[in-house]
Amino acid sequence: MAIWFARSRNIVSSLRHNLNLSGILVQRDHSPRHAFTNSQLSSRSVFLDSFTSLRHESTAVEKQLDLVQQSDEEDPQELNFPGGKVGYTSELKFIPESSSRRVPCYRVLDENGRIIPDSDFIPVSEKLAVRMYEHMATLQVMDHIFYEAQRQGRISFYITTVGEEAVNIASAAALAPDDVVLPQYREPGVLLWRGFTLQEFANQCFGNKADHGKGRQMPVHYGSNRHSYFTVSSPIATQLPQAAGVGYSLKMEKKNACAVTFIGDGGTSEGDFHAGLNFAAVMEAPVVFICRNNGWAISTHISEQFRSDGIVVKGQAYGIRSIRVDGNDALAIYSAVRSAREMAVKEQRPVLIEAMTYRVGHHSTSDDSTKYRAADEIQYWKMSRNPVNRFRKWVEDNGWWSEEDESKLRSDARKQLLQAIQAAEKSEKPPLTELFSDVYDVKTKNLEEQELGLKELVEKQPQDYPPGFHI
Amino acid sequence: MSAIIHGAGAATALSTFNFKTLVAPCRTNIPGRSKRCIVAAGSDDDASKSFGSSILTVRHSQKLIANAVATKADMSATTGTGHELLLFEALQEGLEEEMDRDPHVCVMGEDVGHYGGSYKVTKGLADKFGDLRVLDTPICENAFTGMGIGAAMTGLRPVIEGMNMGFLLLAFNQISNNCGMLHYTSGGQFTIPVVIRGPGGVGRQLGAEHSQRLESYFQSIPGIQMVACSTPYNAKGLMKAAIRSENPVILFEHVLLYNLKEKIPDEEYICNLEEAEMVRPGEHITILTYSRMRYHVMQAAKTLVNKGYDPEVIDIRSLKPFDLYTIGNSVKKTHRVLIVEECMRTGGIGASLTAAINENFHDYLDAPVMCLSSQDVPTPYAGTLEEWTVVQPAQIVTAVEQLCQ
Repeated sequence: MAIWFARSRNIVSSLRHNLNLSGILVQRDHSPRHAFTNSQLSSRSVFLDSFTSLRHESTAVEKQLDLVQQSDEEDPQELNFPGGKVGYTSELKFIPESSSRRVPCYRVLDENGRIIPDSDFIPVSEKLAVRMYEHMATLQVMDHIFYEAQRQGRISFYITTVGEEAVNIASAAALAPDDVVLPQYREPGVLLWRGFTLQEFANQCFGNKADHGKGRQMPVHYGSNRHSYFTVSSPIATQLPQAAGVGYSLKMEKKNACAVTFIGDGGTSEGDFHAGLNFAAVMEAPVVFICRNNGWAISTHISEQFRSDGIVVKGQAYGIRSIRVDGNDALAIYSAVRSAREMAVKEQRPVLIEAMTYRVGHHSTSDDSTKYRAADEIQYWKMSRNPVNRFRKWVEDNGWWSEEDESKLRSDARKQLLQAIQAAEKSEKPPLTELFSDVYDVKTKNLEEQELGLKELVEKQPQDYPPGFHI
Repeated sequence: MSAIIHGAGAATALSTFNFKTLVAPCRTNIPGRSKRCIVAAGSDDDASKSFGSSILTVRHSQKLIANAVATKADMSATTGTGHELLLFEALQEGLEEEMDRDPHVCVMGEDVGHYGGSYKVTKGLADKFGDLRVLDTPICENAFTGMGIGAAMTGLRPVIEGMNMGFLLLAFNQISNNCGMLHYTSGGQFTIPVVIRGPGGVGRQLGAEHSQRLESYFQSIPGIQMVACSTPYNAKGLMKAAIRSENPVILFEHVLLYNLKEKIPDEEYICNLEEAEMVRPGEHITILTYSRMRYHVMQAAKTLVNKGYDPEVIDIRSLKPFDLYTIGNSVKKTHRVLIVEECMRTGGIGASLTAAINENFHDYLDAPVMCLSSQDVPTPYAGTLEEWTVVQPAQIVTAVEQLCQ
């Protein structure tokens, strides 16, 4: 995006107020009006010092006048407005709607799984790399088998993550276990990485008694407080303002953790996206926003979703540092998310990551994407731009993985999944009492009555209810 | 600090007085969901002194508020020490006490920080607790409500202020789909102990968008509790109880009641969220009301008493769930019910309450339940028109006379 710099005699002052726009926002000057103090809870935090000032004090009128009078640059080409000084020009010129050059994409591995020379990246040990690959492959197997289970009518619904395994696993690997994750719905890999078992995934999909959600949500709407993974809520983007709230909470309690939230390209059209980013920026909350730009929102292509250069350029609109990453490059995702996380926690600021990827699978099992996109487009991404294969090549080239490891992993995963599905299927569904619990902490009178009424009904006419349906 | 839990006086007016002083919210001490656990003990109001006497008067019957925006209410004959304050100060006091007590309590909303809130409920709090704990947010109700929910799921106890209840319609998705639901859909893994509060109701010529009665729209949402305060005493008590509750609670305040003055106890107390308040015991008819309409009812009660009627006035306070125990006992005694509300006729709190009473207490009714509500129109700006959309004391008197024929 081309921006004209104010023609000012005093270059320093103009540079202080203008932004460096070559893709990554590096440094921003803070006027004394920003930031918060957190005086009540505990001692002053070190990293807040550079930004600290009591905001409400600085809005006192006398102080504002002082700021104006203190300014030594008697610069006739700068104007004073709320929000600071701004240079002016007499040239009638509009900022173009887009930059002549799109924001470049950060990548480390080429398509053949070789590290591009002179890449900036955080090295990954053999142990970590193998673990990452194993999880990516397991995720693939899991998606495949659950999808088939839905097609067989054993579960009612499923959402695959095919094509986005690198975003899922590599981002999870870059986070700390205490980082709170607020997913959209296409990030089960993060939960898998954190230790959610295949049996637990199956239990949720089957909505049985062992499901942590007690059978209350649709399949793939996982949630686990043990793993700091918030329960998925179907409406799009509602988790973004909540992520700002989580960041706020972590900031208040001075925890060494951040909020990490995911959104798709389509979700960035929701109002909550803009509000969530704006809030996180104003609160200076430690939130990492990861947008999986996979090209499609059900049948809506990104060209019909927005007119900007993707999502990365939107970060600057909210004063948020952003980066565009090749989402199918596990090493790039790992480095970017790791760096973003450190920035978010140490500097107490939000960061936006746009991961470019492709949704190889259908939107969900209720969708047939061949109806609105070319089958060979899907094939191309599935075969030639596959993130799992790409990472596998790198891991194998390092001598850390072999064909035997591969077949063993896949067959083990497959076996475990089939067993998990069988067990989950056989498992009992939640009892009637779970219909009325957890609406409140303690059941209200009307809920107790309703429960009693239903119990009586079921006892009177058990033949009208499914076999095995129990109180 | 000993916490004295003051009962609404509801049960006590009708049953043998039971002196049980309890400390802290009773629900954790009593199994199940007993509403009878909270009882007045050693209170400074008339109620506890005059039980069992034939002239059962609770303090408010002696000070019928002449108009809804009373700035100087006559003092009830309280003997204990107490301090006088306005309703918005009572809210602020409750909020401040809870913030002192628990560092997880925080406030967020528009202009709640250094500005002190549009109705000054958060005045002084930012100075005391800092900019982060009393947070000024950008203008996006859905976002700061969502933010409050996210913070609550991570362990904080946010008090979310809507500058006007009507604006919270913009937060409906977060309130309905997330606030009310996430405890349930997560299988009980995440709790959402938020308080959502703000002024609503018909004010003085504020126009349609600023005169909304959101309790109608929210009452269906499972998982939330709704309470409406009407006096400085119950405002402070309900605020404190709402903050301590593990459930999301929506506290409805009224734009015209912020300047009501009353003497409240110096000792700490909270009000039960699910209990109704007996304003004036009586024999002939049960009048159920809440928030501002309580004052119109009490004004009408003055006229009715002069005409020889003995109305029982109950401020239902708990809009979700209804305190059917108190209401039921009253219906069983008087056999006639009049509901006076500010909601629209269609789909309001009165509509739900009418259905609940008919279903549960049909056998005890000598006359159909009558409900006086606002018409199904947006609230007009013109003063005369606006006055006609709100139920007036004269209408209440007529309705009682009609029902008691």
